[in-house]
Amino acid sequence: MAETSFGITGKGYVIIASDTTSARSIIKMKTDEDKIKTLSPHLLMSYSGEPGDTVQFAEYVERNIRLYQIRNLYALRPSAAASWIRRALATSLRTRKAYAVNLLVGGYDTASHDPHLYWIDYFGTMTEVPFAAHGYGAYFALSLLDRYHDPEATLEEGLATLKRCINEVAQRLVIDPGKYKVKVVDKDGIREVEV
Amino acid sequence: MSRSYDRALTVFSPDGHLFQVEYAGEAVRKGTCAVGVRGKDVVVLGVEKKSVLQLQDPRTVRKVVMLDDHVCLAFAGLTADGRVLIDKARIECQSHRLTVEDPVTVEYITKHIAGIKQKYTQSGGVRPFGISTLIVGFDPNDTRPRLYQTEPSGIYSAWKANAIGRSSKTVREFLEKNHKDDLTREESIKLTVKSLLEVVQTGAKNIEISVMEEYGKVTNLDLAQIEAIVSEIEREKEAEAERKRSRLAATAAGQAAMSSRADTETAPPDAPSQ
Repeated sequence: MAETSFGITGKGYVIIASDTTSARSIIKMKTDEDKIKTLSPHLLMSYSGEPGDTVQFAEYVERNIRLYQIRNLYALRPSAAASWIRRALATSLRTRKAYAVNLLVGGYDTASHDPHLYWIDYFGTMTEVPFAAHGYGAYFALSLLDRYHDPEATLEEGLATLKRCINEVAQRLVIDPGKYKVKVVDKDGIREVEV
Repeated sequence: MSRSYDRALTVFSPDGHLFQVEYAGEAVRKGTCAVGVRGKDVVVLGVEKKSVLQLQDPRTVRKVVMLDDHVCLAFAGLTADGRVLIDKARIECQSHRLTVEDPVTVEYITKHIAGIKQKYTQSGGVRPFGISTLIVGFDPNDTRPRLYQTEPSGIYSAWKANAIGRSSKTVREFLEKNHKDDLTREESIKLTVKSLLEVVQTGAKNIEISVMEEYGKVTNLDLAQIEAIVSEIEREKEAEAERKRSRLAATAAGQAAMSSRADTETAPPDAPSQ
């Protein structure tokens, strides 16, 4: 729960941001962990939750999305990919040892030319949202996002809103999550940006 | 007894042959031709493509497929068997990445495919795959192109250049005569097309060429490019024939001159002499 991730949609893009801390108990083990996977040329997924489960599940998803692409010569659209990922989590939930992973899936649909963001938790709940957050950060950021989110915002404005969220969490949460990794997906694909 | 129905189909004949495997080889020889040529830092796959029917969508008929970012495969034989095998190989490529966090090497995936094929010659209730494959690609962090072949029996081997399918013997002999080490990209493509033209009468429109130039970089030549290469080859053949003709003519003329001189030499002694 100490992990925090954000997703914000805007005009033709989705921003996915995730803190870069890898912690065990009260110890910070690592501060440059990339917790956002590139699943396909226009699809991002941030993951947090039970250490071990996260990477394991994310890699499993990554390989299956890639397999689909090689088999069919085109990538899954964001909605289809998110549904598949949710289903994988839901199937896992009904086993003896379920994956405890929370996800944000953000993608740009190259067929309909619009951005999509999906909030998925480890129960297999999925919902398409204009903005999203996981972890303790969500308690501080969602009200801000409610106030400042604009679906027509430019990337600069979107990043400014993200910065507000990051600052608020840094200021109010007992433990500052530290540095964030921020990735943007739009019609040109995926790139990392600095905030 | 039901057991008698699911016993292996592939059983030895008294003189040590596995007929089902040999018949699978026959199915391969009936399939359309595929050629692979390894150059200095490029590897080319060329296939003979059957003419699609007038109302058929040509994009749905593919004989060169990608297994992973850096491995391509062409096959000859039963297309339906090919599809199943290709799917197994693609899954293995991703599975390998998942388990060892590295892409497969070309030899690894070749060995895997050959392993599957071998299993189908020794299991109950199944028949062998009726396909041979040519597998090309680059190993991760390596610049050397690779070319492998697999057969229905499960044999696999590495090659500089090879052909499978219909008239593969003719094409292989052509390749043996014309392949040199360290071919450039253009030379490799040309050799591929040239060797295919040995058996494809209908020319460019029935040839498909895929070129892999480095790890993960695959290009499929379009019809215009292939046509250009075919016409270049035809021009060269024409020029060669022309040279041969003129050489023949020159020889003929020489002989004619010789015999006419012979005539003059046998002429009466009052002929002018030097």
